[in-house]
Amino acid sequence: MQPAVEFRNISKAFGAVQANADVSFQIAKGSIHGVIGENGAGKSTLMSILYGYYNADSGQVLIDGAPHNIRTSHEAIALGIGMVHQHFMLVENMTVLDNIMLGSEGAFRLATQRSKVEAQLREICTRYRLDVDPLAVIDDLSVGAQQRVEILKQIYRSANILILDEPTAVLTAQETASLFEILRLFKEQGKTIILITHKLGEIMEITDEVTVMRAGRVVGAVHTAATSKEELANMMVGRPIVSELPRGPWNPGAPVLEVADLQLTDANGVRLLADIGFSLRAGEIVAIAGVSGNGQSELMQILSGMRLPSSGKLSFLGKALPFGKRHDADGLPATFRSLGIGHVPEDRLRDGVIKDFSVMQNTVFGYQDRVKNRWGLFDFKAIAARCAHLLQAFDVRPNNPDLRIGLLSGGNQQKVVIAREVSAKPKLMLVGQPTRGVDIGTIESIHTQLLRMRDEGVAILLVSVELEEVRALADRIIVMSGGRITGELKIEEFDTTRIGLLMGGMHKS
Amino acid sequence: MKTTELPRWASGFVLPLLNLLTALVIAGLVIKLLGESPVESLQILISNSLMLEHLGYTLFYATTFIFTGLSVSVAMKAGLFNIGTEGQMYIGGLGLTVAMLAFDASLPAILLIPAAILGSMLFGALWAFLPGYLQAKRGSHIVVTTIMFNFIAASLMNFVIVKYLIPEGEQNPSSRPFADSGSMPRLGEWIPQFADAPLNLGFLLALAALALYGIVVWRSPWGYKLRATGLNPNAAHYAGVSISRMIIVAMLISGALAGLAAVNSIMGSTHYLSISFPAGAGFIGIAVALMGRQHPVGILLSSVLFGALIQGGGELSFQKPAIPPETFIFIQGLIILFCGAMENLYGPALLKLLNSRKG
Amino acid sequence: MFEDLQLGGIVVSTIRNAPVLIFAAMAGLFAERSGVIDLALEGKMLASAFASAAVAFSTQNVWYGVAAGLAVSAAIALIQGFVSITQKGNQLVGGIAINIAMSGLTFVLAEYFFHQGGQTPNLGEIRLAEIILPGTEALKGIPFLGWFYGSVLGGHTILVYLAFALIPLVHWVLYHSRFGLRLRACGENPHAADAAGVSVERTRYLAMFIAGVLCSFSGAYISIIQSGFFLRDMTAGAGYLALTAMVFGNWRPAYTAIGCVMFGFFSAVQIQIEGVDLPVVGRIPGSLIQMIPYVVTVIVLAGLMAKSVAPKAIGRPFVKSR
Repeated sequence: MQPAVEFRNISKAFGAVQANADVSFQIAKGSIHGVIGENGAGKSTLMSILYGYYNADSGQVLIDGAPHNIRTSHEAIALGIGMVHQHFMLVENMTVLDNIMLGSEGAFRLATQRSKVEAQLREICTRYRLDVDPLAVIDDLSVGAQQRVEILKQIYRSANILILDEPTAVLTAQETASLFEILRLFKEQGKTIILITHKLGEIMEITDEVTVMRAGRVVGAVHTAATSKEELANMMVGRPIVSELPRGPWNPGAPVLEVADLQLTDANGVRLLADIGFSLRAGEIVAIAGVSGNGQSELMQILSGMRLPSSGKLSFLGKALPFGKRHDADGLPATFRSLGIGHVPEDRLRDGVIKDFSVMQNTVFGYQDRVKNRWGLFDFKAIAARCAHLLQAFDVRPNNPDLRIGLLSGGNQQKVVIAREVSAKPKLMLVGQPTRGVDIGTIESIHTQLLRMRDEGVAILLVSVELEEVRALADRIIVMSGGRITGELKIEEFDTTRIGLLMGGMHKS
Repeated sequence: MKTTELPRWASGFVLPLLNLLTALVIAGLVIKLLGESPVESLQILISNSLMLEHLGYTLFYATTFIFTGLSVSVAMKAGLFNIGTEGQMYIGGLGLTVAMLAFDASLPAILLIPAAILGSMLFGALWAFLPGYLQAKRGSHIVVTTIMFNFIAASLMNFVIVKYLIPEGEQNPSSRPFADSGSMPRLGEWIPQFADAPLNLGFLLALAALALYGIVVWRSPWGYKLRATGLNPNAAHYAGVSISRMIIVAMLISGALAGLAAVNSIMGSTHYLSISFPAGAGFIGIAVALMGRQHPVGILLSSVLFGALIQGGGELSFQKPAIPPETFIFIQGLIILFCGAMENLYGPALLKLLNSRKG
Repeated sequence: MFEDLQLGGIVVSTIRNAPVLIFAAMAGLFAERSGVIDLALEGKMLASAFASAAVAFSTQNVWYGVAAGLAVSAAIALIQGFVSITQKGNQLVGGIAINIAMSGLTFVLAEYFFHQGGQTPNLGEIRLAEIILPGTEALKGIPFLGWFYGSVLGGHTILVYLAFALIPLVHWVLYHSRFGLRLRACGENPHAADAAGVSVERTRYLAMFIAGVLCSFSGAYISIIQSGFFLRDMTAGAGYLALTAMVFGNWRPAYTAIGCVMFGFFSAVQIQIEGVDLPVVGRIPGSLIQMIPYVVTVIVLAGLMAKSVAPKAIGRPFVKSR
């Protein structure tokens, strides 16, 4: 039997970056095939080629044994390939039915096809146990339900090959389990599923075969039953997981941050944070591990003053954090900063820098009121001197203070942000995804910098989705899932399986 | 090496110039249609606006536009499109009128003029406050609210002037003339070339305002926070800026500047409050802010350009009745279109040209 | 007092004022629901008012005039589309620019062609006939019903009927047709529309064209029907009022139409109420009544009435992204 999909020597470069290099492997029909790899491994690029978003520089894509040049997503759809993206393509104030009919309405008068399509959708939902009401409005649906709508859309378009790109990134544990049930049903119906993920547990649970990619190449193709998480992890990362950077002994000082009973409920009544409590001492790094979207971002926003909690006891250096009786957090980050709380935000382009300002201007971002002269204007001489020192000390490239920061690479932008926050000598440093979108060489220097701060007595709260980063930096690890803390461990107790379970919502017990 | 972006001098100077030229070429075509020679018209326009005998008038008009242009620019820097400068200038005029009517009989010029200026700034700021507050606290789009407030101002002023300000027995919808002590001193008193023109101290005030704007916006922490708010409100929040306070303060300053435009136009020239006295100055301010790219030098040059258009255009209409003053309203619209909505029209072509010359 | 107010006259006036706003507001709806901010209703109306009055006079034919207005307004709408969609320029600025440019250009052209101080010559008798419904004469004697049938339901020019007929038509197209579905998708989530195979650019251009066509009727109505000639800036802010009605109506045809009728009502009242002594407040000057629609809109915008939600993707030029 021909494989459903075969890649032969696919190569694709974007400028200087080789996203895919000589990628070849097969995907068997009627199987669930995992493609695993870290950020930047080339999985998304490969799938985009399959789905017609990009054209490969060289190589062939074969569907059902026949080579095809897939130039647009419509050609891919015609070949029976469907893709469920990480960011849903749904019109929120329309019904499921309208969303699926969009683009293939069948007639000028919508009513002509509406009941027919609705019936078809209901039939598909029953067959695959998708539990979606075609007449529901997207806005009213949970994230998991919206994802099922995307899947429904692909099935309706007669997709036989379904690509799912990091589908569980936004799902709760229960929703993930439901999704896997649906995928198993698809497989029974003879459909082929390609699952792109970086989560080892999922691979082991649901896939039949796995292809491991690293730095644009295929480094392993195995049967799931014949491999283990450890083996996959090794292939994925490509180097011994344990990369020891020099650090001092764990000798935490006085408590810097104490959180108890923290609750956050949003305007729709959804509990984003529930019963969060932990403490952080001077000279230690506590890492919050967990899949994105489980409350970590909200926690950081509260601790940095960018958002108000619903309730809770938070104290910094023994004094309550000044949330006061406000009803919004407007202007609050300034107060927190002045107390000695530094913040490297998760999304540096959205929150941390002004893209159109120069590097030098960005080195005072957040601290602009501290560099005044006696007439209330900027002390440019002092700013320039400090900037020169920082760019040198943190090895920012190119070393040009007047360059627009938007022109720097992600890693160098991050270095500017970290340099800025570090040089303010905070007592508490909040760090979110510090190496997201950062090249490998810079990652190590950022990690070294954080460890140095720790050794100098700063309390660091790190949020990271990269377990390897957590392992490299943390003294203690807190795992969050579904807005709650599911477990806490010391670094000596680090165990991928256990953490994976905690991340997946399984409590300690 | 191929550049993917235009260098600063190209995007900051060449493109606006090309856009301006496009607007003027189209205007020239219309003038041709009206049966006049564009070249001759341009000559008449320039000689009647930039030559010394007329420069005073040109600069007088430019003064009003510097203030309205600054008004729009300050708000724009905060990311707010304040279309309400016209209404804010109108209400600012009411403010100075109140001061005049109350004090022009009792106070000497040295106190009266500052009082009137203060009144104008206060009322202008007040009229900008509510749209600013609604945007900051309730998310109401400032474009729609300021458009509404322009209309409300027109109706309100109509009511106030007709009901309260027309002196007994008069027909004209305007207030009584203000005492001479309320006149802004004319620059013609010191510079004989400007003897006939209403060019007054307001011009110097406008230059000072431009300088202050330049210094504060680009060299002070507050100006830095203002620009951050306009460029990326999320990041500005992270950096500790109180966004709602910044929006409201920016609008207050914007309204006050609009009020100063009324000072020049009323206290420099007419010396009474009349219906619709702003006569579109607020909208010209939008053109000035866009053409001048909210930069003090750009604002100055654009204001002088529009001052020349008004002054020279007035003379042109007088000499060539086929080219009525409304032609310049049309030109103003074209300039706003090309400089404000189509800034990048020539961008790709210019980029190609620069890259091809690099080889 | 009520006799002074002539309620009957107000009702008829309202019906005859509303079409100006209805045409323009429906035009704005198409543009804005597709994701393009349309501040240039005023400019398109004005251009159409001039063109239709000028051509109607020159050809002595009302319908040629209406056609001319349609062509001009549609052309401007397409230019606006070019600026907003292809050039991806600032849509707010573009709209204001067009309004200002048209204010100047229409006067200049009117003056050039007709030399009557920027006006077009009076059309006199060449207007649209009022449609008298059959049986009006017969019912004339019956109190209220005769008046209602003859002057409220009947007796209007065809454009009035067209305007009111437009409301359910626009509603149907928007919510029950393929084009409407795609249009609304472009206004809410153009990326989703694009992924579904809809051409966002083409849909928006089409929406702008329709806006131009609908807007033209508003302008033609003002110059040909209401006055018989074109006068400088005769739209007098009606384009902005139509926008206001749209915001008030939460971008939905039925509620927008209610807003239009309401504002038409205030217009009619304003004229009637001058010189009338009302209980408690005495005489309200017309200029304060004139203010009411704008104040109401500000109140709506302040969220003090219902929440007004614009199409999600409005004002942001569409750039394909992966």
